[in-house]
Amino acid sequence: MERSSALIGSIFLLISISCLINPILAAAPGTGEGYSIAGRVKLDNFVIQGFGHSPKLSEIKVILNGGQRTTFVRPDGYFSFHDVPAGTHLIEVSSIGYLFSPVRVDISARNPGKIQAALTENSRALNELVLEPMKDEQYYEIREPFSMLSLVKSPMGLMIGFMVLVMFVFPKMMDGVDPEEMRQAQEQMREHGIPSISNLVAGRS
Amino acid sequence: MEARCLLGFLLLLSLSSFAFAIYEDQVGLADWHKRYIGKVKHAVFHTQKTGRRRVVVSTEENAIASLDLRTGDILWRHVLGKNDAVDQIGLSLGKFVLTLSSQGSVLRAWNLPDGQMVWETDLQISNPSNSFLHVLGNVKSGRDSLSLVCNGGSIRAVSSIDGLVVWKKDLSVDGLKLKHVFQPPESDTIYAIGFIDSSQIALYHINAKTGELLKHATQASSVDLSSEISAISSDSLVALDSSRSNLLLIKFMAGTITYHKLPLSDIVQDFSGLAELIPTKSNDIFVVKTPSSVAFIKVKGDNELELIGKADEAGIVSDSLTLSEEEQAFAVVHHSNNAISFQVRINGREALTDGIKIEDHRGHVKRVFLNNYVRTDKSHGFRALIVMEDESLLLMQQGEVVWSREDGLASISDAVVAELPVEREGGVSVVEVEHTLLEWLKGHMLKLKGTLMLSTPDDMAAIQAMHLKSTERNKMTRDHNGFRKLIIVLTRSGKVYALHTGDGRIVWAHLLTPLLQSESCPSPSVLTLRNWRVPHRKALQENPSILLVGRCGAGPESHGFLFIVDSYSGKELETQILDHSIAEVVPLPLADSSEQKLHLVIDNKLNAHLYPRGSDSLEVFIREMANMYYYKVENAKGVIKGYAFKKGCSTGSSAYCFGTRELWSVVFPSDSERIVATARRKINEVVHTQAKIMTNQDVMYKYISKNILFVATVSPKATGGIGSAAPDEAWLVAYLIDTVTGRILHRVIHQGAQGPVHAVVSENWVVYHYFNLRAHRYEMTVIEIYDQSRADNKDVMKLVLGKHNLTAPITSYSRPEIATKSQSYFFTHSVKAIAVTTTARGITSKQILIGTIGDQVLVLDKRYLDPRRTANPSQEEKEEGIIPLTDTLPIIPQSYVTHSRQVGDLRGIMSFPANLESTTHVFSYGIDLFYTRIAPSRTYDSLTDEFSYVLLLITVVVLIVAILVTWAMSQKKDLQEKWR
Repeated sequence: MERSSALIGSIFLLISISCLINPILAAAPGTGEGYSIAGRVKLDNFVIQGFGHSPKLSEIKVILNGGQRTTFVRPDGYFSFHDVPAGTHLIEVSSIGYLFSPVRVDISARNPGKIQAALTENSRALNELVLEPMKDEQYYEIREPFSMLSLVKSPMGLMIGFMVLVMFVFPKMMDGVDPEEMRQAQEQMREHGIPSISNLVAGRS
Repeated sequence: MEARCLLGFLLLLSLSSFAFAIYEDQVGLADWHKRYIGKVKHAVFHTQKTGRRRVVVSTEENAIASLDLRTGDILWRHVLGKNDAVDQIGLSLGKFVLTLSSQGSVLRAWNLPDGQMVWETDLQISNPSNSFLHVLGNVKSGRDSLSLVCNGGSIRAVSSIDGLVVWKKDLSVDGLKLKHVFQPPESDTIYAIGFIDSSQIALYHINAKTGELLKHATQASSVDLSSEISAISSDSLVALDSSRSNLLLIKFMAGTITYHKLPLSDIVQDFSGLAELIPTKSNDIFVVKTPSSVAFIKVKGDNELELIGKADEAGIVSDSLTLSEEEQAFAVVHHSNNAISFQVRINGREALTDGIKIEDHRGHVKRVFLNNYVRTDKSHGFRALIVMEDESLLLMQQGEVVWSREDGLASISDAVVAELPVEREGGVSVVEVEHTLLEWLKGHMLKLKGTLMLSTPDDMAAIQAMHLKSTERNKMTRDHNGFRKLIIVLTRSGKVYALHTGDGRIVWAHLLTPLLQSESCPSPSVLTLRNWRVPHRKALQENPSILLVGRCGAGPESHGFLFIVDSYSGKELETQILDHSIAEVVPLPLADSSEQKLHLVIDNKLNAHLYPRGSDSLEVFIREMANMYYYKVENAKGVIKGYAFKKGCSTGSSAYCFGTRELWSVVFPSDSERIVATARRKINEVVHTQAKIMTNQDVMYKYISKNILFVATVSPKATGGIGSAAPDEAWLVAYLIDTVTGRILHRVIHQGAQGPVHAVVSENWVVYHYFNLRAHRYEMTVIEIYDQSRADNKDVMKLVLGKHNLTAPITSYSRPEIATKSQSYFFTHSVKAIAVTTTARGITSKQILIGTIGDQVLVLDKRYLDPRRTANPSQEEKEEGIIPLTDTLPIIPQSYVTHSRQVGDLRGIMSFPANLESTTHVFSYGIDLFYTRIAPSRTYDSLTDEFSYVLLLITVVVLIVAILVTWAMSQKKDLQEKWR
């Protein structure tokens, strides 16, 4: 891709001279009265982040008015539509890997030579028809690198964690309790008929 | 209650992350993507000595592509706009592909190795007509070469380097149509020959470097000239007259034109009918194709013609291929039964004849493109690209088909889903479907060879392919989850394919035209296909079958036919040539005793014919006839009419023919509204619950009716594309109409909006996409309809205890009060197609599938299109899953189901349920096909592929160990305590 820094996108407005051959037909609406829209798609500031699809300029399409016309960009990023009637038009850029905002282009009928462009997504006016992506698009989830934390956080990790807690912390807690009090508490429990865990296990043996 | 709990659970689940997202390494696990190019209409070979051999083709789908000549793979492909049909392609400077498109007004150059567009020139042609491109070989102004584009009476010379118009010559003669341009070798003069009003022959000499007109001559001709001409040498050409039975030999020596008329029957005996000239390049030989033969004719002396070769059967003839100064080769292809004879004729003499067997389902040869290569012994070898009737593309070389491409699949017009056969006990009986017994034995032999390490590499590949086929995903049997199904598609050429959802392979394919063609049905064309029999309970032993409906002729009056095929094998079961026309096929929600679905075929006299014809189907229908209605949208008139059926029809007295009675009509005023879109619910959609519980324990009842029709109309000025109407003269009116009573349930006007409108109706809501001219952005609106008549029945407790009128059917006979809720949002992209996910029981939340302008399929959760969204939802609403209102619908890149793939020229999206409630199949088609499975609320009813069984196992082991350890420890402790 040619990356000459002097290239600045600009809007050309040309009254096409296509009415030379057959003046009768040129009077028909739509022919001979058109304007040209020219612009540039610029990806320079966007470097794709390593993975996914590496986009090529050759795969970018520029679409006028939702499919009325389709054109492709040249190696330097320029594109143009010819013989476009005056009015308000919509230009969309179809590209894998980037999100482009559609562009509203007004061609004034009363004031030939006046053309305005604005991004429809954020209504930012464009001085020149240079279309840059709003952001790049990652189509895939990024796989988290393996970490102990994610393992611990998973339901099974939690179960193991709880188990470990029961195994090592509970006996310690029991140890901290005064044996006399413990026995009292156990007896109390037995009276109330609430089986303790240790009893349950012991009862089986 | 159960449902509510489940729904709440689902919501919680789906809130936690995007409903659709895959990791990059999961690509291809559940999805497949197939790329096609369409029916080839031009081909240019690029076979230089070194480097990759390729062929550049342009197709009827407006695609241009470069194919690897060895494998048939697509090296690069571009799909031009839908109004940008390619007229001609050419190669220039050995590195550029030139395409002339849009009736000769746009010339583009593409870099041959990578397909990057190099330049594009708008030729500003005021009167687009048949144009042609001529790449000049030997004009070297600098290192450039020129390409000439002739259109009517003007010639433009375009530089191949940068696409600038070097010169332009307007011959300004009324009625002039240039027919041929050529340049004698080593000359700077271009000769342009044309006809003026098909009665005069004109010759122009033009300087190739400047475009200056050097000389011109005209000659009135007494015969009417037809459009075809063929140049045979540098100073003569051959034309046919308008009766297509006389040859005209035109000579232009020294600026004068002479012509001779020669009846074709003098040269070709037994000639009759209309002849056709095949374009050739000089060398005094030309080819005439007549209905019964192909004649090779040589010009001898001044005005004599000699027949030098004749192929007795009419075949398809390729363009001429220049082998050397003296030698011209043509390929003539005949078709007989299931083989084709491929003949190469050099200077009219037979040089090579090959007979090649071709599968039955490919039909006849439609086009052939010839190319040669030089063998090591300096002789010529030939290869040919053949386009078949089913639009597939074959490369033929040395009497064999080297590769074939199923490019018919690029033009799918309709699709249905069918089940695969049930796996029987014992497993072996599956063979019936999969292979014949012999193949099965062969497969086992292969496997045996593999285990005994006796297999050759070819055998290994075969074994691998077999493994691939028999893996869980690609089996030819039904699975428990309903992931394996057959997608049956109909293509424009009238071929039916069954595709396996596992890997997209073709299970069977049939070209219907030759099967249907008969005296009573001269030119069959298939319109649509439907499920004819979907056996479940009663007729499980019967195979499911598919109904194909079509017409026997071109006009809407021509007779229809029904064609029923077995969906397992594609075998023809039944053909019926109908004695009436076909306007529409209405599938009914009824089936006869053998599970054949009832269909009504409406003819163009508005009579309804019932199929299948059987006494029990008639009985079933007559019982339900009073509840059957039909509506018809007449786009041109702006009228929608509703009909009921009555016994006895206006034509004939068949018991299966029913008349219709008009019940209602909705007439849209033609001066202010034009119908642009209609949409209705899928008839087989399942809705799980009619009630929707609000945060404040209120119950809203969905108005779920199968008879809702969404109609969108726009103002007449706004029917054109975007950019043609001003905001104040455009409006869009959306209607919801009950198709039984004709009652307009809801009507809303969007001022300053216009089409194109894409809409989808599901459950009690409709979502539609249109263009807002005021904001100059696309918008999507959702309308939800609720039944107000049950609104007082608000007690959730009653609902829980079952004391509600929820089971009361919604009927169009009553006129319930309805309420609608609506909200609009901006949407970034243009939309090509829209659909909604469908699941087996309708419990899973819905997602909307949007085919964007970039040929991707985006899923959008229905929760984003919820009219209850507010800017600041309360805590309760947040808990319920209401998303704060934003003016734009979000586009999350991870929710493209097509991920980094594109479905070129996307036309349709189809969603069909799997047996697993959480999962739905998505199939989208355009020039490409893309299939995947998605789970709109994640796979809550099965473990994902991501699930780590190892971790589960470890956990179980650890738990057991822990139990044992604690048990041992406690026992030890007990013992200690007892000793104390």
